[in-house]
Amino acid sequence: MNALRLAVADGMTIARRNALKIRRAPDLLGGVVMLPIVFVLLFTYVFGSMIDVPGMSYGEYLLPGIFVMTIVTSAQITGYTLTQDLQKGVFDRFRTLPMSPSAVLTGQTVSDVIMNVTSIVTMALVGLVAGWRIRSTPAEAALGFLMLLLFAYAFSWVTATVALALRTPEVFNNLATILSFPLVFLSNAFVDSTRLPGPLKAVAEWNPVSTLVQAARELFGNTSPALPVPAAWPLRHAVPVSLLWSLLLLVVFVPLATRLYNRAVSR
Amino acid sequence: MPDAITAEGLVKKYGDVAALDGMELTVPEGTVFGLLGPNGAGKTTTVRILTTLLRPDAGHATVAGFDVVRDAGRLRAHIGVSGQYAAVDDHLTGAENLEMVGRLYHLGAGRSRRRARELLERFDLAEAADRPVQGYSGGMRRRLDLAGALVAAPPVLFLDEPTTGLDPRARIGLWDVIAELVAEGTTVLLTTQYLEEADRLADRIAVVDHGRVIALGTADELKDRVGGERVELSLADAASLEGAARTLAPLAAGDVRIDAAALRVTIPVADGVTALTRALGRLATERITVRDAGLRRPTLDDVFLSLTGHQADDKTEETVR
Repeated sequence: MNALRLAVADGMTIARRNALKIRRAPDLLGGVVMLPIVFVLLFTYVFGSMIDVPGMSYGEYLLPGIFVMTIVTSAQITGYTLTQDLQKGVFDRFRTLPMSPSAVLTGQTVSDVIMNVTSIVTMALVGLVAGWRIRSTPAEAALGFLMLLLFAYAFSWVTATVALALRTPEVFNNLATILSFPLVFLSNAFVDSTRLPGPLKAVAEWNPVSTLVQAARELFGNTSPALPVPAAWPLRHAVPVSLLWSLLLLVVFVPLATRLYNRAVSR
Repeated sequence: MPDAITAEGLVKKYGDVAALDGMELTVPEGTVFGLLGPNGAGKTTTVRILTTLLRPDAGHATVAGFDVVRDAGRLRAHIGVSGQYAAVDDHLTGAENLEMVGRLYHLGAGRSRRRARELLERFDLAEAADRPVQGYSGGMRRRLDLAGALVAAPPVLFLDEPTTGLDPRARIGLWDVIAELVAEGTTVLLTTQYLEEADRLADRIAVVDHGRVIALGTADELKDRVGGERVELSLADAASLEGAARTLAPLAAGDVRIDAAALRVTIPVADGVTALTRALGRLATERITVRDAGLRRPTLDDVFLSLTGHQADDKTEETVR
């Protein structure tokens, strides 16, 4: 009966530790604050001046894409931190303490939410300065931010799983970079996916990143009637499908990461 | 006196390699038990099983009365562990590190904070308490890690090579701290590669090799098995080896050994310095030239050599010249 309360309390203790770490580590903080600022400014001003989107500014079309790209890339911090802790024996200490075994992963992913809130707020503010506008109702916009955070939380569990399977920070970083680039660029985050050639179009339209970007555009009102309507099923129901994706990732990767964690630390 | 730690027939295999092969040990409450052996002997695996990090393939063990497999959860509230890789967070301050451990022992926020300050004071880290651990020296880190193991004042403490990699001064400082804890009644299981460390801290020592205990006793008992002190003499030429051995035989407390390749004669002796002086006197009388002479105490290598017939992997020689 007390187990759940302990699990939550222990998870918070670990989350607090990770949050302190991010605040003190310049490399991690850079990933959370500096990188999003650079992304927003570079893409808005460099690409924004070159690419035309029918009926709206490219910058406005682009920002939901940048939000999602940042979520995908900063989720790598989860994996990187986990592999480092795994190597340094920090988990051994945790496992000899009478704490809830689930707290390490819940704490890690909860601190990632704090990190994601920070970077999304940063991006939204810089975006507003650079000309991005929310054109929907406040309720829709709030749902948009919540949806991004939910996906970010679910995606942390994906990177946690990959990290615990690979176990070394260097290998994890390389693989995460190799995988995250196609995931983000083979989507509608930067370009209109309906104009991509055949096979690429199919991949981009069914890519969960596209669904999330489309959902964010709809919820923030960053769409234009002049844009072609995507035919793919997930893009036509972007908001519910995005939520489904997040839930699906959680259902699959929470137990998977937990199992890998238990295996990784009991060697 | 009840036993704080018991282990019977512990086996742990990694593929075909047996890290533990019938490990047995008993540690009465309030005593210090030393596990002595080279890298790969099974010391760390034993500690990992006793601290619930690993499940044994066979055998069973209890700590503070709890079974390490069945009661792992409850057992953890009664132990403290400090490993050889100081598991502290670089970006957190010393105080934050200890507070976090206190919270994970469920001491509550207030008590965790007070306990952290108390331990930092005791381990001479009060000044560095609010600095990130990043700037700590190796000795400070190890003290902080040890403090972390003591946050909940556990009755049983596991120290896995607590001083490996520390400079001599930091090592002696840590020994004093451990000795204090023992005086307060904590049961300690300590692993080490250094006989001197086991000698100084442990009531009883188990020598471990290939995953099992090959000898058990007090430090003195073990040293006696190795033959106590020996006089070691290096000669100038091979021709005088036999003569030297004959001359020195009356001083020996055991068999005189000749190492022809090293031009060395080794004599087990009972009364160290006196025997060394006499040996040099006798050789001078016989006009045998001595290039180097020394009094050797038994080292881990010697214990190993005499117990197993093979050399330990780690060289920890100590020679008094």
